[in-house]
Amino acid sequence: MSDLPILSLMLAVPAVAAIACVFAGDRNARLIALAATLIDFALGVMLWANFDIGGAQWQFQEMHRGIFGPFNYALGIDGIALVLIMLSVFLMPLCILASWQSVTKRVGLYMAMFLVMEVVMIGVFAAQDLLLFYIFFEAGLIPMYFIIGIWGGANRIYAAFKFFLYTLLGSVLMLIAMIAMIREAGTTDIPTLLVYNFPPEMQTWLWLAFFASLAVKMPMWPVHTWLPDAHVQAPTAGSMILAGVLLKMGSYGFIRFMMPMFPDASAQLMWIVFALSMIAVVYTSLVALVQSDMKKLIAYSSVAHMAIVTAGLFAFNQQGIEGAMIIMLSHGVVSAALFFCVGVIYDRLHTREIDRYGGLAVNMPAYALFFMLFTMASIGLPGTSGFVGEFLSLAGIYEASSWVALVCTTGIILGAAYMLYLYRRIVFGELTKDDVKAMPDINPREWAIFVPLAAVALWMGVYPESFLAPIRGDVTTVVARLAPAKPAGDAHVTAGKPKAAHDAHGEAAAGEAHHAGGVQ
Amino acid sequence: MTADLALIWPELILTIGGLVTLLLGTFGGDRQVGLYQLAALVTLAAAAAAVVAMFGTQASVFSNTLEVDAFGGFAKLLIYAASFICILIAPRFFKDAMRAEYPVLILFAALGMGIMASARDLMTLYVGLELNSLAAYVLASFMRSDDRSSEAGLKYFVLGALASGMLLYGISLLYGFSGTTQFAGIAQAMGGGMNNGLLFGLVFVIAGLAFKISAVPFHMWTPDVYEGAPTPVTTFFASAPKVAAMALMTRVVIEAMGPATAAWQQIMIFLALASIILGAVGAIGQKNIKRLLAYSSINNVGFMLVGLAAGTQQGVESVLTYLLVYVVTTIGSFLVVLQLRDTDGNPIESIPALAGFSQRRPGLAAAMAVFLFSLAGIPPLFGFWPKYLVFQAAVDANLLPLAIAGIVASVIGAFYYIAVIKTMYFDDKSEVEFGTGGVVVEDAVITASALWLSVVGYFFIPVLAVVSATAAAVLF
Repeated sequence: MSDLPILSLMLAVPAVAAIACVFAGDRNARLIALAATLIDFALGVMLWANFDIGGAQWQFQEMHRGIFGPFNYALGIDGIALVLIMLSVFLMPLCILASWQSVTKRVGLYMAMFLVMEVVMIGVFAAQDLLLFYIFFEAGLIPMYFIIGIWGGANRIYAAFKFFLYTLLGSVLMLIAMIAMIREAGTTDIPTLLVYNFPPEMQTWLWLAFFASLAVKMPMWPVHTWLPDAHVQAPTAGSMILAGVLLKMGSYGFIRFMMPMFPDASAQLMWIVFALSMIAVVYTSLVALVQSDMKKLIAYSSVAHMAIVTAGLFAFNQQGIEGAMIIMLSHGVVSAALFFCVGVIYDRLHTREIDRYGGLAVNMPAYALFFMLFTMASIGLPGTSGFVGEFLSLAGIYEASSWVALVCTTGIILGAAYMLYLYRRIVFGELTKDDVKAMPDINPREWAIFVPLAAVALWMGVYPESFLAPIRGDVTTVVARLAPAKPAGDAHVTAGKPKAAHDAHGEAAAGEAHHAGGVQ
Repeated sequence: MTADLALIWPELILTIGGLVTLLLGTFGGDRQVGLYQLAALVTLAAAAAAVVAMFGTQASVFSNTLEVDAFGGFAKLLIYAASFICILIAPRFFKDAMRAEYPVLILFAALGMGIMASARDLMTLYVGLELNSLAAYVLASFMRSDDRSSEAGLKYFVLGALASGMLLYGISLLYGFSGTTQFAGIAQAMGGGMNNGLLFGLVFVIAGLAFKISAVPFHMWTPDVYEGAPTPVTTFFASAPKVAAMALMTRVVIEAMGPATAAWQQIMIFLALASIILGAVGAIGQKNIKRLLAYSSINNVGFMLVGLAAGTQQGVESVLTYLLVYVVTTIGSFLVVLQLRDTDGNPIESIPALAGFSQRRPGLAAAMAVFLFSLAGIPPLFGFWPKYLVFQAAVDANLLPLAIAGIVASVIGAFYYIAVIKTMYFDDKSEVEFGTGGVVVEDAVITASALWLSVVGYFFIPVLAVVSATAAAVLF
């Protein structure tokens, strides 16, 4: 196992398949793409199975010096990267299936672009070289530009341009910061940079440059405006992958680069993140509430969820960061599922107007059931993936700042409001419209997509330990790295006062005090 | 003297080859044009072989007026390769209008450019530059019966003459205040203290050279000449002379004006930013693909000047790498333009006519998309790499504001590149029917350069780094 360069294979399989798809016919392209993504998923499972939890921080490392001159082809993953790679390879076959019938023009190119997207996503999470990371990070623009621009909705060209230029503008500033980092630290090796102490005043500038890029990618308020446009115009599978994985590149950048590399600046500027997150949670939730377009509603809800992620990350404690990671995974699965829910009925009626639907529970019961499950997961009902992430991260945020926690929690209430309101308008009510009446329930292909998504959403909700175990050690590393810079939270935890104990009971009293501190 | 002759083999080969081709043309008439073309190609290949054989040799010849070194060698190889391709692609474009003068003029232009890249004396510099320019003026108006071509030639000539005047005025000032035309002597004089005369000379020389690389504000001729000149000639203008002029500019500012870095650095910063921004903004409204590529070349020159502004060896290395990648991209993209023809074989240059091009000629559209994304510097295409290098050089030379301004302005540039891709890929098919089938040579060059500019190029970084470092090291 250790000899097999799994990560390189995971990059190579979709890359080769992408080239094959360009030259294959429509039908073959679909099959090639599905096969390649399934092979990658199998490789991903192998990766997870062989990942040594609690072992070395970086595993599956591959390093080839010199082939790219000043930077290296260096791959390797820790737990955080592992779970995000798993998310990517899990969603990809579903995306291919989701576009099996709805995409009819230029299928070869479409499938090729998705496979390139998969290469890019795995590359971003697996890169252990700063420049290699940047190349993958930026390379994602090209396939997404084509996916939105060629197969998107009516206003696709505006959306594609906005997506491309917005994200590019952010990224170039990050490149300058990277050049400065390479100059200062003299290496492009990410594990080395993670423990390098940049001068505090330099950290501030580097932090701001990275923030410019990652905040756009996340996206954070007020630079989120490209997201609703891109989501609404992208084809269903494009929205799935955009919401499912691409947004996570931003938060991955926070946890991989900004926080451990610039801990002082992160502590100093955390108020920016908290302020923007609080605004985002409340504002975008309210905006979601008044949307009449289903995809736009879910897009705004993504911004709100990602804001809880950023707030959780900047809580600087174990629960906050673990919770943020779980929200990232949960949102990846659930928002992809929700976009697919939209796609299912869009394929039947070709409109995203909420008012055009109603009463689907009558003629599409299975669909209504799945939609209900994902709605609940998005709200964060206990037993679904959303609950675990939101509870953990809000607990972490509360420890850092009760005010931020208070504001962020309103996001859950508002989230329930807009999601339930959406569900009521689409699924419940009278089945009056004739064309809606004629809509058939989900077919086997759609079952095949819904079932794995639902299974994972429940798995993550019922037994989150499977997903927490790989990341725990790495989150601890990040928390330890941040510890010296961490500001005191406003939750003044006081240890329980031990009674004046006899010598014989001293040990028990100390244990009790420890226990009290642990509960907080 | 004879020993010196042994060191300028490339120039000798080009001179003799050019004269022989000219004689052949004079006696053979225009029917044998394939023969002259072959003669010119053989000459260029031989000259390139001579450069390769002498790579690494360093010597000053003819009383220090010409320098044979790796820097000049690097530039010459690029120049000869670009000229080679420009001769190769001509016959199909000109058809019956192809005449013996074309390969001859390109050979003499290549000779002049080789001298520009090796000059170490202001007079040699000027001779090389004019040899190139005079050939170029004629080439621009090569389609005598075409109004646009004649206009391009005239415009190029008038503005070129103006620039030569400025250059000469600068040269005379430098000579007057330093007492020598040799780079080493000027550097010595400047090292002994700047005065207004030297400063004015420096400004005028740089202005004259900025015209040749079409840096803003001396760029006005570029879009018109690029649009008006026949496409193979435009390909030539956009590639080889850019290399020569950039190499010349580099050598002049580093070798002759090295001690006055502080004086010219601010000029370079201005030229760089102005070129990047104006090249990007000017391109947005263009409807003609050749004009668009002209603005793109202005934009790219701006990025090269960012590297040059650093004034360090690292900066020069980045400029050389940039030149190589730029030449490959430019030749590739102009070859695509060359293949844009309707069913009757008439060239199509309008961008709106390219709507839906990707569905008519998927391979060609894909190659064009690679070139455009590469020009925009979007990774994973190889055009990213030289951009990274120039900005790294600027940051390492403590020119952080320049790097930030330049890279932010590069986003403006990305807009018009992706706008062309949008036309080719997103728009519905236009009415225009494209003729199919190129020449094997053109297809091969397009394929090779597109492949190289996709991820394949990254594997050449170590080689490029060694070569550009060897070439740049001789200036310091």
